[in-house]
Amino acid sequence: MSPAAVDTAAIEVEGLTVRYGPLVALDGVSLRLAPGTVCGLIGMNGSGKSTLFKSMTGLLRADSGRVRLGGHEPATARRRGLVGYVPQAEAVDWAFPVSVRDVVMMGRYGRLGPTRRAREADRAAVAAALARVELADLADRQIGQLSGGQRKRAFVARGIAQEAEVLLLDEPFAGVDKRSEATMSSLLAELAAAGRTVLVATHDLQALPALADEAVLLRRRVLLHGPVEEVLRPENLARAFGIDPLEQGSRT
Amino acid sequence: MNPIDLIVEPLSYGFMVRALVTTVVAAVVCALLSCWLVLVGWSLMGDAVSHAVLPGVVLAYVLGAPFALGAVVFGFLAVGLIGAIRDTSRVKEDAAIGIVFTTLFALGLVLISVTPSQTDLNHIVFGNVLGVSVGDLVQVAALGAVVAAALLYKRRDLVLYAFDPGHAHAIGLSPRRLGALLLGLLALTAVVALQVVGVILVVAMLILPGATAQLLTDRFSRMLLIAPVLSVVCATVGLYLSYWLDAAPGGLVVVTQGAAFALVYLFGPRHGLLTRRARRDGAAPPAAVGRVEG
Repeated sequence: MSPAAVDTAAIEVEGLTVRYGPLVALDGVSLRLAPGTVCGLIGMNGSGKSTLFKSMTGLLRADSGRVRLGGHEPATARRRGLVGYVPQAEAVDWAFPVSVRDVVMMGRYGRLGPTRRAREADRAAVAAALARVELADLADRQIGQLSGGQRKRAFVARGIAQEAEVLLLDEPFAGVDKRSEATMSSLLAELAAAGRTVLVATHDLQALPALADEAVLLRRRVLLHGPVEEVLRPENLARAFGIDPLEQGSRT
Repeated sequence: MNPIDLIVEPLSYGFMVRALVTTVVAAVVCALLSCWLVLVGWSLMGDAVSHAVLPGVVLAYVLGAPFALGAVVFGFLAVGLIGAIRDTSRVKEDAAIGIVFTTLFALGLVLISVTPSQTDLNHIVFGNVLGVSVGDLVQVAALGAVVAAALLYKRRDLVLYAFDPGHAHAIGLSPRRLGALLLGLLALTAVVALQVVGVILVVAMLILPGATAQLLTDRFSRMLLIAPVLSVVCATVGLYLSYWLDAAPGGLVVVTQGAAFALVYLFGPRHGLLTRRARRDGAAPPAAVGRVEG
C-alpha cells in the first residue's frame, strides 16, 4: 500500500473492539473507505452497525482500536464539521417545533458564533442545500409534515449545508417508498461523485445495487468488504444473517 | 363594584404589588425554561430537581449563603445520584428519580423542623407570595434575569440539544455541557418559583406553559412568546382570584394555568382534541365546530 493511499482514506477504522459489559458488540473491526465512495453497511439487528456509527462519531468509547475520519482523530474531525450524521427515523421527535429550514441550518452551527446567529452566507448555504435535495418549496414546513423520504432528504441537506466530508446514514430507507428511495440513491451517488464519502447502514438488500459501489457485511466483525455483487451472493449473505451452521458453531 | 376597582383595589396594598411583580417575574422565567423542558422530556426531572433543592435552600439559610447556591448544589447532587443509582443497580430510572427526590425532599423537611428561624421556612414548601419582602423581590428579579439571559443567549444550542443531541455531538458541541447548563438553570429557576408557589408546585409552572404553547404552534420561536404571555396572564388572574376569594395564591396560580391548558387541549385551533374531531367529522366545518363548542 502506498503512503499516498494511507493519507487519502476518508474513513479508516482499525481493530475496533467495543464491549457492553460481557457482550462483545464489535470484535476487531477494520475498514477503509476511499473518498468518493458510497458504501452499504449490511448486517442483522445486533450486528453492530449502530455501535460502529456511534464509535465513529465518538458517542461511544471503544475498548481498543482507532478511528480516523478524513485523516483526523474523531474529535478533530467533529470540530471541523467533517462528519454528518442522518439518524434513524425512530430517533427523531417528528412533532418537534422546528421547520425544515431550521433543521438544515443546524448543519451550520459548528461554524457560527456562540449564539449561532446565521449570517447571509449561512442562509445561502442552507438555501442551496435545500435546492440540492429538492425541498426548497417545503422549507418552511414543520419537519414532521414531510413524507418519510422527504424527511431523510432534509437531514441529508443538513449534512450538505455542514459541508461534511463523511456522511453516515442509519437506515435511510425504513418506511420510505420506492421512488423516494431511488431519489435518495441518485442524490448520494452525486454527492460521492463530488468527493464526499457515504456510509449507509441498511436492511434493504434489493436497493443496494442502485445505492452503493461497495458494501460491508458486518456481524460483530467485518465478514466481507467488496463490490456489491460479491457481497450479495447467497453464500455470503448466509454468513452475515446467520444461516450458516459452521459460522454459528465457530462464533458462539 | 366596577371592574376597574376589581383590578386597582388590591394594588393599594404594598404586599399585593410585591406579590404581583414577583409572580410575573417567576411566570416569565418558568415559562421560558418550560419550552425546553417539555421538548427534552425533562418534566419528571423538573419535578425531581425542584423538590430536591429543598435541603440545599434550608442549609443555605442556616449558613447565611445565597439560596441559589444551595439549590444548584443539591440540584446537581440529585441528578448525579439518580444517574448513579440507575447505572450501578438494577433499579430503573423512574424509580431512581422517585427515591432520590423524595428522600432529599424529606431531608429538607427534617432540616426545617430542627432549624430555629425568625422567618417560617415552611413558606419555602408551600410558597408565600403575599409575604415577599423587597429583598426577596430583588433576589427573584436578579436570578430571573440571569436565567432568562442565559436561556436566550444559548437558545439555538439548547434547541439543538433537545432536538438532536447526536448531531450536536457530531459537529463538535458538547451535549453533556448543554444538559448541565439546562440543569443549572432549572435549579436556579426552582429558587425563583418557590417564592411564589412553593417547592411542591414549582414543577407545575415549569411544565404547563411550555406544554400549552406546544399545542398552539409549530414554531419554537413562537413558543418562546406564547408560553411567557400565557403564563403571566394566568399567574396574574390566579393572584387576583386569590385576593377576591381569599384563597391560596400559589394554588390558584397553578389551577389557572391548568385550566388554560385544558382549554387549549380541547379547543386549540390547531391541535385541539375537539377541534380536530369537529374538523374530521364536519362536512360543514363551521356548523360542526359551533355544535361542539356551543
